[in-house]
Amino acid sequence: MLAYLSIILTAIFINNIVLAQFLGVCPFLGVSKKTSSALGMGAAVTFVMTLATVVAWILQMYVLNPLELQFLQTIVFILVIAFLVQLLEIVIKKIAPALYQALGVFLPLITTNCAVLGVAILVIQKDFNLIESVIYGFATAVGFTLALWIFAGIREQLEHTETPKGMRGIPLALVCAGILAMAFMGFSGIKIG
Amino acid sequence: MEKNYWKIFWNGIIPGNPVFVLLLGMCATLGTTSSAMNGLMMGIATAAVLVCSNVVVSLMKNLIPDKVRIPAYIVIIATFVSVLQLAISAWMPALNASLGIFIPLIVVNCILLGRAEAFAGKNGVFASFLDGLGVGVGFIFALTLLGAVREFLGVGSLFGGKIFPEDYGALLFVLAPGAFIALGYLIAIVNKIRR
Repeated sequence: MLAYLSIILTAIFINNIVLAQFLGVCPFLGVSKKTSSALGMGAAVTFVMTLATVVAWILQMYVLNPLELQFLQTIVFILVIAFLVQLLEIVIKKIAPALYQALGVFLPLITTNCAVLGVAILVIQKDFNLIESVIYGFATAVGFTLALWIFAGIREQLEHTETPKGMRGIPLALVCAGILAMAFMGFSGIKIG
Repeated sequence: MEKNYWKIFWNGIIPGNPVFVLLLGMCATLGTTSSAMNGLMMGIATAAVLVCSNVVVSLMKNLIPDKVRIPAYIVIIATFVSVLQLAISAWMPALNASLGIFIPLIVVNCILLGRAEAFAGKNGVFASFLDGLGVGVGFIFALTLLGAVREFLGVGSLFGGKIFPEDYGALLFVLAPGAFIALGYLIAIVNKIRR
């Protein structure tokens, strides 16, 4: 049980996917102007990342490894993710139109979110079993959502601040992200289990 | 005509620099630039894939049906990334260890798909080759510059050569926060120069 808790806390705080591992920086900068859209994006990523990790893990263990096709990993994983995103879009549109309204815009963007492919590959590299993979995928996505949400809050405040002309927009956002990453570094001394 | 080709090549380096101006490929930019050498190597790896994928996309543009062009581009890019991944892990294991997961993640670098969709899918082979080369060189330039700044401020060296003692460096710049802050200031400087 402690091992699972350790995976969760590490993925969310200590080794945050955006602020410590630099994966998923594109949506982190792109969809962080409003807290509401940040939460929508976070929810969509959580959904896809958890599912993609599971599907990719099963494919790796039961198709690629027995057939010794490991070198096809990159191609297979990216196609699985693209396929999954398309499928999800169709299914959600049919079953839960309200959810589709909320997540719809963000779903196509997720295919090129390197955090999703990154986590699918990391799980294989770390030799996780299926349950650990699910937990890791989900917790990483929660960490992504947390970072995105905090960052969106900071950027909303920045809008009302008087700032030097050259720093306005992305440069200042990046410096703020740096300071936020510094805050998250504070977690790095924690040891669990 | 010759001038036009030069313009295509030059566009990727300064006016449409993928990192400083278009803000694409941020993950690789931040994740692999802890030293100038790492930045340079990652830049070269990405540029190699970009040139190859641009040429092949341009060659196949009449064969690929319009509706499935994006998946087709992704498969072409993923193929070259797999080739590169195998080559690097066979011949340069040290580089493979330091760049780690960012090599397979070249697949989801938005620059590659962006160039395939915006340029190679509509233009001739030679022009696409030049476009890939220009954007690639622009990416190498950006990554090397950021890597150099971080290495210099962080541990006081440049491409491994000592400039001032390591104790005086701000180690923060080699770590995650420094990447964001250094890139933020570099983009601000580039914005200032362009205006």
